[in-house]
Amino acid sequence: MSSYISYLDGNAAAGELSKVFALDVTAAQGKCKHCGATRRFAEARLYMEGPGVVARCCVCEHVLLRVVSARQGVFLDVRGLTYLRFDMMG
Amino acid sequence: MWRVGTVVALHDETATARTITLEVPDWPGHVAGQHVDVRLTASDGYSAVRSYSIASAPNSERRVQITVERLPNGEVSAYLTQEIIVGDRLELRGPIGGWFVWRSQQTEPVQLVAGGSGIVPLMAMIRSRASAGSTVPFRLLYSVREPGAVFYRDELRALSGEHRSVIVTYAYTRTVPKDWPRPPGRIDATLITDTTWPADLGPACYICGPTPFVETVANLLTASGNDRDKIRTERFGPTGERK
Repeated sequence: MSSYISYLDGNAAAGELSKVFALDVTAAQGKCKHCGATRRFAEARLYMEGPGVVARCCVCEHVLLRVVSARQGVFLDVRGLTYLRFDMMG
Repeated sequence: MWRVGTVVALHDETATARTITLEVPDWPGHVAGQHVDVRLTASDGYSAVRSYSIASAPNSERRVQITVERLPNGEVSAYLTQEIIVGDRLELRGPIGGWFVWRSQQTEPVQLVAGGSGIVPLMAMIRSRASAGSTVPFRLLYSVREPGAVFYRDELRALSGEHRSVIVTYAYTRTVPKDWPRPPGRIDATLITDTTWPADLGPACYICGPTPFVETVANLLTASGNDRDKIRTERFGPTGERK
């Protein structure tokens, strides 16, 4: 097994986030509140080992978004993002 | 949100990987590179969800193919590669993802780099190119453990042989075929230079494989002059199975 903490990319959270977002989130541009980098959500680092999903900025590694599915509902925490911009074409 | 697909065909790609063809009556269509989530539910209510890349090109028959590699201790992959039979029904969510996709309207050359079962969404792109009649030049660099682990071998041979419309290079990491010109090894800067599109052609690059593989290849492509914005990646977990 690999010794470093494994992560995936933003693509891997798209199914879970489709519960919440009407539009595809992987192609959306997100601005990191911590370092200001603007990247496609697909480029974020995804950690899925815990009870929920944590997306971290691929530049500074601060948390962008967390999503947890529980019996009561889906909890979405986007405090690490200044914004998410969705392209409205096609 | 969850659709039901019926298994209509099964095909073994290798000793451990199987392609499952599903018919999904309300399938809305997909784009090459997208994936689906598959949900299995046991009789006691326990359920497990896994993501699998779609292997088939967009088609009008409402059919979706996935290729699943059996993993050690993989509860879902073991079922999908060993126990499932034609006529079984699976729950699907998708298609998912709008970033790691290739659309047949794209005109720039395409560089695909696959690590192991990372070939699956790239194969959907190759098939999509063929079915759409696109003439965009494609190259595929396919890193795989050994010759017996290659997926879609005959189809790739047919596509690369006839008009050299898709140029395929294999990089074997553990065992090479007889008289193979290169010793087994991982993709390195020399192989990137020798077999991928020159960066000044501005190719669209798609890399899919395990996380360390994707990191390495993305860095090599950037070092050889490719623009980071032209490189799209999709990572599998260390087990090869995305969750």
